[in-house]
Amino acid sequence: MSVAIEFRNVLFATPQGRVLLDGISFAVKEETTTAILGRSGSGKTTLLRCVNRMVSPTGGDVLIEGRNVAALDPIVLRRGIGYVIQETGLFPHFTVERNVGVVPELLGWSRTERARRSRELLQAAGLDPDEFGGRYPNQLSGGQRQRVGLARALAADPKILLMDEPFGALDPLTRAEMQDMLRDLLGRMKKTVLLVTHDLDEALYLADRIVLLNEGRVVAHLAQAEFLQSQQPEVQAYIRAFHRGDRNHGRNRADRQNRGAEEARKP
Amino acid sequence: MSAGFLSQYGGEIAELTVEHLWLTGAAMLFATAIAVPVGIALTRSPAWARPVIAVANILQTIPSLAMFGFLLPLPWLGERAARIAIVALIAYALLPILRNTYAGIQGIDRAVIEVALALGLTGTQRLFKVELPLAASFILAGLRTATVTCVGIATIAAAVGAGGLGELIFRGVASVDNRLVLAGAIPAAALALIADGALGLLERWFKVRAA
Repeated sequence: MSVAIEFRNVLFATPQGRVLLDGISFAVKEETTTAILGRSGSGKTTLLRCVNRMVSPTGGDVLIEGRNVAALDPIVLRRGIGYVIQETGLFPHFTVERNVGVVPELLGWSRTERARRSRELLQAAGLDPDEFGGRYPNQLSGGQRQRVGLARALAADPKILLMDEPFGALDPLTRAEMQDMLRDLLGRMKKTVLLVTHDLDEALYLADRIVLLNEGRVVAHLAQAEFLQSQQPEVQAYIRAFHRGDRNHGRNRADRQNRGAEEARKP
Repeated sequence: MSAGFLSQYGGEIAELTVEHLWLTGAAMLFATAIAVPVGIALTRSPAWARPVIAVANILQTIPSLAMFGFLLPLPWLGERAARIAIVALIAYALLPILRNTYAGIQGIDRAVIEVALALGLTGTQRLFKVELPLAASFILAGLRTATVTCVGIATIAAAVGAGGLGELIFRGVASVDNRLVLAGAIPAAALALIADGALGLLERWFKVRAA
């Protein structure tokens, strides 16, 4: 499996001199999902935005399939990368169907081709195109909006999908449904995904590898199965913080999945 | 107002109403052509927003009679009263349109703009597909305020001989004939109300679409 995205000593400092990314280096293999965990302000979103040049690093390189993104036309680059954010950013004056078809529209697809693709993706994202296609975003629930946002990101069949806390604003049940839907979708569509999240369970459920950032540095880059077993203090601190309310360690999905690992870790 | 009065002045009222409409309409067209692009440009360089809006604000505070007076001695403008009237009306219309264009675009949900950028919309596509449609009701609200203001101020333009319904008002005041004052004031008020209503409807239509 070849490398899809590579960060080489990526630095980013604000004009005021605040360092947000401090020498990030890691590679993401194609058709895998990498979750980026870390506390607020650790640089997760900035790192994600370096991939589609929404942010230009002040040092180092970001490569996609071996090509430096700094040398690519940002418009072409962005149209080839799916982007999903927590607030969805759906265009309020477009119907659901047109929202999904935005990138195909920019790429000059015909109207029928766009409509066909929109319907296909709405269906894949779990929304009935006949019922929802003609609605406006303000006529949808939070979960439905997020499904449309995901369908839109996938519309032009990008190889890479960037997701910035996509389900962060949803209630736990809707979030779990969305995670199931996304896992199913990614299983079928084979995308390279960078997923920024605060949610350890989400990272364990969806990702193949997990990167933990702290103050703009990579403190851990582990396979999903190794994360809960890691003895690194930063990783353990994150796990402890995440599971504070879960005294029995076993009610949630991450623990169900990794119960073996958890048992081995207990003294 | 008697039938006799109307038969005597009806033709003149109609003529002056058309003139009034022409002055206001021309001024609104020019003002929109200036203020909307400038408002858009300010959203690209917000550092300029304060000073530019301040200048438009100062123009707005100049008393209208004084404004017409200032423009009178200017070389090209002074030659024709209608030119003075239109330029003065443009000066008054700039602020509401400019301010609302700027505020309307700046007020768009940041996530929408972020996604527009991330999906690969070019600057022009972002403007025409996202920003202008979403700010349209705001811009129209500015246009509406400007139009209503200008319909009123245009009556003063008669003071420099630019014509319009103000002519009847001025004549009525000079000859202490309230019928003439009303013959100018009522159509002017009606024009303002019609413009307000029509632009209000358009504004609501855009608001519903952008909701």
